[in-house]
Amino acid sequence: MMFYLLASVCLGSAMMVVTRKNPVHAALFLVLAFFCVAGIYVILSAEFLAAVQILVYAGGILVLFLFVIMLVPLEPEGMRKPVRTARNVAWSLLSALLVAGVLMTFFRGAQPVGQGGSVDTLVAYGGNIEAVGMELYRRYLLPFEIASILLLVAMIGAVVLARRQV
Amino acid sequence: MPIPVNHLLSFSLVLFIIGMIGVLTRRNAIIVLMGIELMLNAANVNFVAFSRMHGDLAGQIFAVFNIVIAAGEVAVGLAIIIALYRNKDTINVDEISIMKG
Repeated sequence: MMFYLLASVCLGSAMMVVTRKNPVHAALFLVLAFFCVAGIYVILSAEFLAAVQILVYAGGILVLFLFVIMLVPLEPEGMRKPVRTARNVAWSLLSALLVAGVLMTFFRGAQPVGQGGSVDTLVAYGGNIEAVGMELYRRYLLPFEIASILLLVAMIGAVVLARRQV
Repeated sequence: MPIPVNHLLSFSLVLFIIGMIGVLTRRNAIIVLMGIELMLNAANVNFVAFSRMHGDLAGQIFAVFNIVIAAGEVAVGLAIIIALYRNKDTINVDEISIMKG
């Protein structure tokens, strides 16, 4: 039942993120949503991912967001005014129908998580963190190194873009 | 007790839709980026759910790479926002129409 609590708190705070006028409030609700997602990862026995989620999202990305919010002045703004033309309403109804169809597909062939495959293979190495580390450094070594190059490129790009004069 | 996978998928679908609402309806570029983060998180929840369902770690590895990409994307996106503010004095995405999109 912990999952439903976390999921509803997460969805509520995500809703607050997209509706608050003040970006600082939105950022703080964003961190609440990230923590709830980390809790869901723990429930799904992905402890390594939960730790990474808190370190990277709640630690790094949120600080970056708050830093930029303080660099640019607050200009309060709300949501866009909805334009209710017949075409827009028709498209919205179509999208709502699509989402309802996807949800119905989800609930048709329901299968509990953790019964399809054997979860014990995950912990055969001696814990999720060790298993993920083994996989990362054995099978996925090349993608891992490429990801580090990607981070380097993103860092250089961010520095160049945010420099005073380009 | 095991969580039904459809509940997880529904949760991530709703999270994705909320993020998309943020991207489509907000005018503050910072909050648009926050919406993108919510959508990436929804995708990660799906990866972890299927990883758990199939007892295969590949989904979790992919989610780790997803987080890496999200971190890089946010760094570059916020740098672009700073550059925009420096050149145009606004981060309102409705007023930034230099590419006539």
